[in-house]
Amino acid sequence: MNPMQAPSQPPSPDTKVNMGLSNLDMPMAEESKPNADAASKLGATDLNFFYGSFQALHSISMKVYANRVTAFIGPSGCGKSTFLRTLNRMNETVRHSRVEGEILLDGENIFRLEVSEVRRRVGMVFQRSNPFPKSIFENVAYGPRINGFVSRASLRDRVEQSLRRAALWDEVKDKLHESAYSLSGGQQQRLCIARALAVDPEVLLLDEPCSALDPIATAKIEDLIFQLKDSCTIVIVTHNMQQAARVADFTGFFLLGKLVEFDSTTVIFKNPAKKETEDYVTGRFG
Amino acid sequence: MSLNLIRRKTVNVVMLGLTGLCTFLAAGTLVYILGYLFVHGARSLDWNFFTKLPTPVGETGGGMANAIVGSAKLLGIAMVVGIPIGFLGGVYLAEFSGSTFGFFVRYTTDLLNGVPSIVIGIFAYTLIVLPQKHFSTLAGGLALGVMMIPIAIRSSEEFLRAVPTNLREGSMALGASKAKSILTVVIPAAKHGILTGIMLNLARVAGETAPLLFTSFSNRFWSPGIEQPTAALPVMIFTYAIAPYDDWHQQAWSAGFILLTLVLAVNIVARLILSKRGPAPR
Repeated sequence: MNPMQAPSQPPSPDTKVNMGLSNLDMPMAEESKPNADAASKLGATDLNFFYGSFQALHSISMKVYANRVTAFIGPSGCGKSTFLRTLNRMNETVRHSRVEGEILLDGENIFRLEVSEVRRRVGMVFQRSNPFPKSIFENVAYGPRINGFVSRASLRDRVEQSLRRAALWDEVKDKLHESAYSLSGGQQQRLCIARALAVDPEVLLLDEPCSALDPIATAKIEDLIFQLKDSCTIVIVTHNMQQAARVADFTGFFLLGKLVEFDSTTVIFKNPAKKETEDYVTGRFG
Repeated sequence: MSLNLIRRKTVNVVMLGLTGLCTFLAAGTLVYILGYLFVHGARSLDWNFFTKLPTPVGETGGGMANAIVGSAKLLGIAMVVGIPIGFLGGVYLAEFSGSTFGFFVRYTTDLLNGVPSIVIGIFAYTLIVLPQKHFSTLAGGLALGVMMIPIAIRSSEEFLRAVPTNLREGSMALGASKAKSILTVVIPAAKHGILTGIMLNLARVAGETAPLLFTSFSNRFWSPGIEQPTAALPVMIFTYAIAPYDDWHQQAWSAGFILLTLVLAVNIVARLILSKRGPAPR
C-alpha cells in the first residue's frame, strides 16, 4: 500500500529500491521546494544525551521548521521520544541525566533560558492522556493561571478559545465543570491538547498522541494537527508510519540513538538516501 | 474414584474446615467484644453522661463531660503538633529527599512508630511536666501529637507517591516549577488519601492511655486552658474500671462505648472520603 496521500511523482518500485546516492539530488530539491520559505524554529546542534553512563542520543543535529509538522519515526528505544523530551527540557527531571550540545529556539539556546519559559513556549502532549483530577475548565485554565498571564475575566474566553482550537468545545461546552475523567479517551487527549494550547505555545510536541486511541479518535487528532499548523510548529513522535506520511511535512528516522536521515516526508518515504531508512519504511524490519 | 483423588478431596475438606474455624474464632471474638461493650455500655448511658461532672464516691449519677471535652482538647493539640510535621515530612520524603537521607528518615520514622507509647509519655513528661513542675493538657497533647507523627509521615508519603508521574509531567510541561506542580496538582490529587490517613491516625491516638498517665494526668472537674491537668476518656476508663464501685464500672463501660463509637464514626467517614475519590488516572 502506498503510504503517501498525494505523491507528486509516483516512482516505480524498482527505481525506489535501486535509488543510488547520485540520483537523489534532483527529487530532493523538488520535494523540498514547497517548504523552502519556512524558517527554522528549533535547531539542535551536536546534541548528546545520557541516562547515567548510557548514551541515549548521539550527536543529533537537525532543524524544525516553523509552521510545519515534523515527525520522528523509528523502532522502540531508538531515542525519538528522548529527543522530543529534550526539546522542552522535560528530560531534566530524570535523575542522573546529562545533556551536551545546544538547542536553539528562535536563535536562543534553550539551556540558557529559564526552564519554565522554555516549557511554556514549547508545549507538550504525552503518549497517555494525563488530564488533572480537576474539572474540564480547571484543566484548561491551569496553564494560564500558573503562568499568571490572564485576568480572571478573560480566563473564560481563553478556555473557550483553547477548547475550540482543540476541536473539543462543542462536545464539552455544557459540562465544563464536570470531571475531566468523565470524557472518553480521545476527548481526554484533545483536552490535553487544549490545555497545552491555552498558554499559546510556539511549538507543540506530541509524543505518540494517538497510540492509545481508536482510528476515529486518531483521525480527529490528525485533522487537528492540520488546523494547528497555521498557528504553531508541530513535532510529533509516532510509531505509525502511515500517520507520519499523512500528517508530516518533514520526517526524521531514528535508529539506536542516531538520527539516520532527516528530510521532507516525501523523500523519506519515496527516495530515502540510507539503506536503513528504506528497510524501515518499507517494513523490512522494525 | 482413585485413591489420589480421595486423598486430595480429604485434604481439601480438612483445610477448608481449619481456615473456616480460624476465621470464625477471630471474627467471633471481635463480635463478642463489640456486642458485650454495646450491651453494657449502652445500658447505663444517659444524657447526664455527656453533661455532668463526675460525682464524689457514694453519690450516684454524674457523667464524664469533663473527660469528653478533655479528650477533644488533647486531640486538638495533638493535631496541631502531629499534622504539620507529619504532612510536611511526608511531602519532603515523597518529593524532595535523596535516597540516602530519605532512607535514614524512613528508618527513624519506623523506629519511632515502634516505640512503646508509655516511652513517648516519658518524653513529654521530661520535656514539659518536669520543667513546669505540674501536669498539663499541653504535655498530654504533645505526647499524642508525637505519636501521630510517624504514621502521618508515612501515610502522606505513600499517597503522594501514588500520584502518577504523568500528572507531574503534565503540569511541568505547562511551565510549572516543581514546587508549584506539587502544590497545585500532586497534593490536590492525593488530598483524599492524606486526609483519610490523618483521620485514622487520630482515631488511633484517641484511645491511647499510657502516654497520658503522667502528662495530662486526670482530675474530676473542668480544666480551663491547656496549663492544667485534664481528664480524658481512656484514662477515665482505666481509673473507673479498677475502682471497687459498681456504678463506676457502669460508667467505664459507657466511656468505652463512646470511645468505640467515635473511632467507628471516624473510620466510616474516612472510608466515605476515600470512596469519593474520582476514578484513578489511567
